[in-house]
Amino acid sequence: MILVVFALILWAAGWWFNVRLANGPAAGSRAVQLAVPLIFGLTILAGWELLVRGLEVPLVILPAPSLIAARFADSLPILWADFVQTFVKGALSGYVMGCGAAFVMAIAVDRSDFLRRGLLPVGNFLAALPIVGTAPILVMWFGFDWESKAAVVVVMVFFPMLVNTVAGLNETTQMQRDLMQTYAASYWQGLFKLRLPAAMPFIFNGLKISTTLALVGAIVAEFFGSPTLGMGFRISTSVGQLALDMVWAEIVVAALAGTVFYGSVALIERVVTFWHPSQRG
Amino acid sequence: MKSLLAVLSVIFAIVVLWYIACVPMNIKGVLTEAERAGAVVVPAEAKVRRDMSAFGLVMANQFVIPATWEQARPRLPAPHQVVTELWQTTVQKKITSKRSLVYHGWVTLSATLLGFAIGTGLGVLLAVGIVHSRVMDMSVMPWAIVSQTIPIIALAPMIIVVLYSIGVQGIIPKAVISAYLSFFPVVVGMVKGLRSPDAMQLDLLRTYNASQGQGFWKLRLPASAPYLFASLKIGIAASLIGAIVGELPTGAVAGLGARLLAGSYYGQTVQIWSALFAAAILAATLVGLLGLIERAVLARMGIAR
Repeated sequence: MILVVFALILWAAGWWFNVRLANGPAAGSRAVQLAVPLIFGLTILAGWELLVRGLEVPLVILPAPSLIAARFADSLPILWADFVQTFVKGALSGYVMGCGAAFVMAIAVDRSDFLRRGLLPVGNFLAALPIVGTAPILVMWFGFDWESKAAVVVVMVFFPMLVNTVAGLNETTQMQRDLMQTYAASYWQGLFKLRLPAAMPFIFNGLKISTTLALVGAIVAEFFGSPTLGMGFRISTSVGQLALDMVWAEIVVAALAGTVFYGSVALIERVVTFWHPSQRG
Repeated sequence: MKSLLAVLSVIFAIVVLWYIACVPMNIKGVLTEAERAGAVVVPAEAKVRRDMSAFGLVMANQFVIPATWEQARPRLPAPHQVVTELWQTTVQKKITSKRSLVYHGWVTLSATLLGFAIGTGLGVLLAVGIVHSRVMDMSVMPWAIVSQTIPIIALAPMIIVVLYSIGVQGIIPKAVISAYLSFFPVVVGMVKGLRSPDAMQLDLLRTYNASQGQGFWKLRLPASAPYLFASLKIGIAASLIGAIVGELPTGAVAGLGARLLAGSYYGQTVQIWSALFAAAILAATLVGLLGLIERAVLARMGIAR
């Protein structure tokens, strides 16, 4: 009971501290903007730990963060092997193949108006397919190993990437295209020197959306069949064994992988599209 | 109207390619069945056939090509097989039958709609809080954005099993996952929408001596309508996926996800494909309905789209 009271006091203290910071004079500074969500997150973690211990929540329902951290530290080799199988072999390869294929298809669609008017509505319907449902079919065709996971990821990232690239290729103004014509630029010269650089903000928007979809696709595809390795496999078998601390440790790995993946694409975006208004400040 | 011809020709091309693809995909299974039925197959040994390329087998055994479109458990069902299965399990079955796709679709749809309603309601409330409170904005918003990079679906098996172990089963666990998946897109979209009125409009309301509440109901909320509908469309697709994934961990017996699972366990490929198409049609219908509602509401509000 004391621990529950402790948790509530800690929560109130963290909230009061954040109020002071957010409404204080230094509220606009980088340090405060990083500190407030960090304090919020730490308060939640501490509150979780104290509430789980204080209310004596059983391990099979919700493990305490300290137990999860201990399990994480103990199982680093397993977690690393799972990460390589799911993320590097499944998600990353599928991401590269899917985004590459969508990019090529977008250029083809751009060249042909007929293709664009026919393909995009059909693509809309295919995008409505719950891609997780294609996982059993793709596992049946490509086998249990990482190839089927990469195939699911390709199917998942193809359409968002296609839509964003097509939208980006239409982003140039008439004046800019006319200027290229006065320089006697061919279609490909215009594409590489004007339209692709102008399309970069949209292309990176598609790439960022695809990073999340790639990881989700790889993990969910493993629920349908995988070798005895992989994040989705570890999650579903640990759930079956009610080893929930292992499940949470895998979720931490997935969260870290997703955030780092998204962050690196955002970093590359910052370098490539430095000229775009969204990169100011 | 121009687009109709283009769409129809793309669909036609896809169907033709699909039929052509069925032949090499199904040839090995069909040849084994034909051999067992007593036909003469080139080459006669199944072991030799396993290592041969599909195209070589097709060229050598052209008489089985029609059979590749009629296999009972194909690797790639032909389009007419999927359509027939869809027809038989929707129109020709009683709705109360356990094999009716309408029944399974309803089970999934009910979880989706419940979760969507909960997720949207909570999301709008949180967005209102974020826009009006500096503290909530600075502490919660970064986590809302970061959470979009975390594969939330990985939590689905755990949520289902944990709720099952405390006795909550049926529609509620699936609705929880659907709510969670639709929650964050709605929060992010609504925050953007509630902040969309520009400085001039907000200043105008200040000159009218409008309170925060009046400003909310008369300016911010109407201005957020387009953003709300955009996130609702994303949210409902995510809710449907959440409900389907929620049916997988505990091996549910009802729902479209359960049909997918049963089909993959028992090798009923046509069942998997028909469940998949039913889910796609359901998703497209839900998003389309939201699109119609969006057009009607925005037209009445005078926001041209």
